[in-house]
Amino acid sequence: MKLRDAIEKFMNGLFFVCGMVSIAMVALITIYMIVSGLPAIIKIGPINFLFGTEWASTASDPKYGILPFILASIYGTCGACLIGAPVGLMTAIFLSKIAGKKTAGVVRTAVELLSGIPSVVYGLVGAIILVPLIMNAFSLKNGTCLLAAIIVLSIMILPSIISVSETSLSAVPKEYEEGSLALGATEMETYFKVSLPAARSGVAAGIVLGIGRAVGEAMAVMMVAGNVANMPGLFTSVTFLTTAIAKEMSYSSGLQRQALYSIGLILFLFIMIINTIMGRLLKKGDDDKK
Amino acid sequence: MKKLIALLMAMAMAFSLVACGGSSQASTDTEETTTTEASTTEEETTDDTEEETTTDETEEADTTEETEDTTIAVNTDISGSVSTNGSTSMEKVMSILIEAFEEQYSNVTVTYDATGSGSGITAATEGSADIGLASRDLKEDETGLTAYVVALDGIAVIVNPSNGVEDLSLEQIAGLFNGTITNWSEVGGEDMEVAVIGREAGSGTRDGFESVVGVEDACTYDQELTSTGAVITAVAQNQYAIGYASLSEAAEDASVKMVTVDGVAASEETVKDGTYSIQRDFNMVVNDSTTLSDAAQAFLDFCLSEDVADYISQAGAIQP
Repeated sequence: MKLRDAIEKFMNGLFFVCGMVSIAMVALITIYMIVSGLPAIIKIGPINFLFGTEWASTASDPKYGILPFILASIYGTCGACLIGAPVGLMTAIFLSKIAGKKTAGVVRTAVELLSGIPSVVYGLVGAIILVPLIMNAFSLKNGTCLLAAIIVLSIMILPSIISVSETSLSAVPKEYEEGSLALGATEMETYFKVSLPAARSGVAAGIVLGIGRAVGEAMAVMMVAGNVANMPGLFTSVTFLTTAIAKEMSYSSGLQRQALYSIGLILFLFIMIINTIMGRLLKKGDDDKK
Repeated sequence: MKKLIALLMAMAMAFSLVACGGSSQASTDTEETTTTEASTTEEETTDDTEEETTTDETEEADTTEETEDTTIAVNTDISGSVSTNGSTSMEKVMSILIEAFEEQYSNVTVTYDATGSGSGITAATEGSADIGLASRDLKEDETGLTAYVVALDGIAVIVNPSNGVEDLSLEQIAGLFNGTITNWSEVGGEDMEVAVIGREAGSGTRDGFESVVGVEDACTYDQELTSTGAVITAVAQNQYAIGYASLSEAAEDASVKMVTVDGVAASEETVKDGTYSIQRDFNMVVNDSTTLSDAAQAFLDFCLSEDVADYISQAGAIQP
């Protein structure tokens, strides 16, 4: 009996320590990002850094404006959502309402596989198939552009949108839908006008989760976006916040390296904001249900 | 508040999951068995690798003795440390040379700070480093120094094999890269646009190419890629493309075409005799007014000796 109690106590302690580890890591990363990212922002000047349109970190007269990166990240993410969200949502509705058990099982497995594919593989397929395709389709001299990044990202965010949306769509009480059908609404009317509004906070959370993945993706984007610090356009070669860090870190030194940490800090803030929004949405969902 | 509860719930669930695994006696047993088995296998593997390594080493030692009959493989007479400081472009060459040197002179340690050619020359002038490293030649006002050429770095200009252009002058190359020439017809090719592909800021190849061609910070790139291999692949895929890559890697790759520069084809010979223009020297700079320590002198002699030709070509450069 005593041994059991001791084990219980020990395990409790162990779990507490494990729980603390992740909190400690988050705190450590936050502090580290602020400490290493702030000096360069102060040195360059927050306005020059955030709203400067030119990035030339190794020039004899270096310029550190990250507006092109910020805009590219925002455009890329929005574009990916514009394509990914409708497709993901339809798939979620299909999975939870329309598809039979067998079909749904197959589709669900495929979606799970999609989420398990490493980003470098997405990048590789994008670089070898998508980039030449875009080049030929729009008769461009260069296929690595924002559009290629958007398409790759929109596929990458599908699994998060689908799985979260499907869960919340399946959680919509049967009575709602049955009531709607009993009143003479068609199935489609029911799904779009009853089920979807009832599950809206979960769907929104899924989309925000997808946004988080798109903002944070580096490898796949680096392989298809061209990585030139241009102001973004659909067919111009662009650099995202993530790829700006990844491509220059290995050879950087001095203020250039510090500025890369600062980009990391900005990226970190972006992710924090997105996570807060998602937290709010999920909380709202809980309130709705009560 | 609700978020907090949700968080606690998630934690609790994670706890219970782990707890379930722990309490079941059977599963623990299996785990233990697996671990033992795994570790045994690991040990075996380690043994094998060790044996292999030993054989390799012996073989290597044999070869060294064959090539250098008179010298002993490991020299322990000289001890001390050598500090080198300078060009980031020379990182590859330096790391290979340092590794080889420290193998041969086991009591000497060589440090390398990648700071840039300018800082390397300053360090040699001020004496803060034994040897300064510069991937450019000394300027006229940088006196009191002697530069020894350790290696030559040739950079090939590459185009897609389907591109009809065979030869470009240095001015044409500059024009293509800085955006004043935007169509291949202007340099005798087909009527099609030019896509400029290069390396990321900070890359030694980019720095070398841009400084020799005279387009520093003026290139209008369509793609900036992070490795020579990626540049070659991108040029191989795009019929409009022009790019640059270190000569050793471009020469091995048949998927791209190297253009001749002012009529001279890029090759080890043309870089050596200086007729191929897109090349630069990797220099070791020493101060004339101070005498080098034994260790530093040994390192310099080692780097300049004929024996290191293989190491230098491993690093993608050419011994002068």
